[in-house]
Amino acid sequence: MTEEQPLDSFSPKGPLEQRWTQHKYNLRVVSPANRKRYRVIVVGTGLAGASAAASLAEMGYQVKTFCYQDSPRRAHSIAAQGGINAAKNYHNDGDSVWRLFYDMIKGGDFRARESNVFRLAELSTSIIDQAVAQGVPFAREYSGYLANRSFGGAQVSRTFYARGQTGQQLLLGAYQAMSRQVAEGHIEHFSRCEMQDLIKIDGKAKGIVVRDLLTGELSSHLADCVVLCTGGYGNAFYLSTNAKGCNTSAIWRAHKHGALFANPCFTQIHPTCIPQHGELQSKLTLMSESLRNDGRIWAPKNPADCGRDPREIPEQDRDYFLERMYPAFGNLVPRDIASRAVKHICDDGRGVGHEINGQKLGVYLDFADAIKEQGADVINEKYGNLFDMYQRITSEDPTQQPMRIYPAVHYTMGGLWVDYNLMTSVDGLFAGGEANFSDHGANRLGASALMQGLADGYFILPTTVSDYLARQTPLEDKDYPEVQQAMNYSQSRLDRLLNAPEPKQTPDYFHRRLGKILWDHCGMARNEFDLKQAIEDIQQLREQFWREIKVSGNDKQLNQTLERAGRVADFMELGELMCIDALSREESCGCHARVEHLTANGEVQRHDNDFGFVSAWQFTGDVVQPKLVKEPLHFDFVSPGIRNYQ
Amino acid sequence: MKFILHIWRQANPQAKGFFEKHELEVEAESSFLEMLDALNERLITLGKEAIVFDHDCREGICGSCSLVINGEPHGRHRATTTCQQYMRDYQDQNELWIEPWRATAFPVIKDLMVDRSAFDRIIQAGGYIPVRTGAAPEANTQPVAKPVADKAFDAATCIGCGACVAVCPNASATLFIAAKVSHLSSLPQGQLDHKRPAKMLAKMEAEGFGSCSNYRECERVCPKQIRTDTIVTMNKLLYQS
Repeated sequence: MTEEQPLDSFSPKGPLEQRWTQHKYNLRVVSPANRKRYRVIVVGTGLAGASAAASLAEMGYQVKTFCYQDSPRRAHSIAAQGGINAAKNYHNDGDSVWRLFYDMIKGGDFRARESNVFRLAELSTSIIDQAVAQGVPFAREYSGYLANRSFGGAQVSRTFYARGQTGQQLLLGAYQAMSRQVAEGHIEHFSRCEMQDLIKIDGKAKGIVVRDLLTGELSSHLADCVVLCTGGYGNAFYLSTNAKGCNTSAIWRAHKHGALFANPCFTQIHPTCIPQHGELQSKLTLMSESLRNDGRIWAPKNPADCGRDPREIPEQDRDYFLERMYPAFGNLVPRDIASRAVKHICDDGRGVGHEINGQKLGVYLDFADAIKEQGADVINEKYGNLFDMYQRITSEDPTQQPMRIYPAVHYTMGGLWVDYNLMTSVDGLFAGGEANFSDHGANRLGASALMQGLADGYFILPTTVSDYLARQTPLEDKDYPEVQQAMNYSQSRLDRLLNAPEPKQTPDYFHRRLGKILWDHCGMARNEFDLKQAIEDIQQLREQFWREIKVSGNDKQLNQTLERAGRVADFMELGELMCIDALSREESCGCHARVEHLTANGEVQRHDNDFGFVSAWQFTGDVVQPKLVKEPLHFDFVSPGIRNYQ
Repeated sequence: MKFILHIWRQANPQAKGFFEKHELEVEAESSFLEMLDALNERLITLGKEAIVFDHDCREGICGSCSLVINGEPHGRHRATTTCQQYMRDYQDQNELWIEPWRATAFPVIKDLMVDRSAFDRIIQAGGYIPVRTGAAPEANTQPVAKPVADKAFDAATCIGCGACVAVCPNASATLFIAAKVSHLSSLPQGQLDHKRPAKMLAKMEAEGFGSCSNYRECERVCPKQIRTDTIVTMNKLLYQS
């Protein structure tokens, strides 16, 4: 592939609202009697993986699933709090598939594919139907009908929710659907197994090597295609809202086997997280965006007030900065915009709370007015579990004093490049959910991650994987040299991690250092000088890693230190690619704020003519020299405009 | 804050376990698991094997973490998982005993990690509503009264951590099953399968859990405050079927 040949997403042509329907008709299907002859591997059993596995198994394929957790029910989709969007228009407030489509395209700052986003908006309504039929206990009104609330970046109420545990309830729905297929013998599931490598036979993805995390044993599994639903890579930053085990290893292995990695620098920083309290902290906790429906964000106008009890700061000395800067959307502006505003206030010396590296990092999220207007019971009913969680962590009661919040890494829009069928650039290798880059452009709107994971898993992958299988002859069971090669490679990598020449430092030591480089230089604000510095720093750190990584124990047993070391090794390489991508994208868009390309009042400035494309990076055999392949983005239905939320 | 820790070490399921003693300086704001992280950093640097324990989301929802702290599953703070315990809660203590869940059906894998796959097999025995993808009617076709939906939700918040089993003198998984039955069977979509309680309870017995004799300890330690009235709901369904 050269730069002169742009990437083709194979998106269908024609009227937007007919593309998916027409495309489905054009795809091939496998007859029910033949389906049991085909095998599918699904790696990762969160929302996307579990729903894909359940649906494919219901169709009659033989499915094998793998997850690193001790049960599929623990995947990090479970932690999604706020909700899931669907264009049901139950509130009769002017919502439609078109409006959801438009909100997502605009929310993503015109860096997503129109065809994909429209399909997602279209499928959103079926997801709600499916979830309700599975017994997902969504919030209901007293009438007995489903309740909705509004979310960032939208002016209609289209978010379905189950208190602050929407992700948990949806994941359990998918997990239960999957469990039913396990019981029926259509799915063979492997918990506590981590993918080590992809097996390609004749250029096609035909299997994986996994390590049984309990025994340390490596084994190979073959199939007719492989689906990766292994989540995002936010843990590259060390401190993030992701679960501790979330990692990039599966998609990074795929990348090294030729799968293009798209928009790695598009990483979402969520505005409302509990601020960091100390150096040894292991993770950050998100407070759902839904809190911004009723909570008002403010900081003291006067830096001298920053140490004061917030309740004593009079109204006229408070700066409700989001309401001031964005009167139309107020506290409900999209995440990237809110995050940058919070950072700006703190950089201005008006932050509150704990000092980290000499700066107070936090602003207030205040419920006093909402409690006055609606009563404590109503507010508790909506946010009770979030308030409890906050109080548990900070020992402060948000109904008595304002919460403190600060942005934190939360979600990665980037991921494996996929075409309209969700197939990567490796034949037979599919990617779903957060692991792919497909639908959110440069910024994801709230309540869209659950929607995308389930659209991919329940509706898109079953259709497109079937089409792929219809064109394959089932793989013969015999010895393939590629299997042994992948096994050998996996073993040699483990050996290398265990036998560094000068073992000194733990995996977490390196992870924390990498995280700091990325957060400082490839976080909420980026510039050329810092990114170049970060690339150099990461290269040095990586050298030090392979020289000094210390892993106790061995690889023939349960060894969590070894697992962590392997994940950090991959983050070390991906981290560099994130910086390279951020450096090459000389514009600002969505989450990607290059300080050279901001307006005087801090708004992002896109350069559509030069950067109206997806950056897909190809592994060239050398991590430091990836090759850029571009997929031009065409906007036939929405004309990219200034993303105004004022 | 300075602590003396007695931590359960067990090399594998067959090995004999023992308490290993450590001393550690900790900040009050550290979470309980961050304290173990710090201890592990020290052990790795010394070339010793890190203490194995299950954890993942560290925000109290995934259900991975599972420690018995001074005899209490998930520690002293009520309605909370291990990962959301903070060292400030232990300011009045200077010695902590840290153990894995203990139940026949949850064999110890290593140190503080146990095998809870029996819970997955119980769900496979009937803890679902069998609807095919794509076969669902429009979501608002069937209204569900708010109190019914709320009750289903309360039961559905179970995170499958197994504390109920760990605390039960019979090591019974009845609360875990009752939560799922109560969730699914109270919704109109889940009422068709009358055999759900019987199938899941039979699986529980086969997996080696004990049965319920109303100690109600499970309710006391449940991090999601699932109540034993779910057991009443389940038993009613069981006898009706």
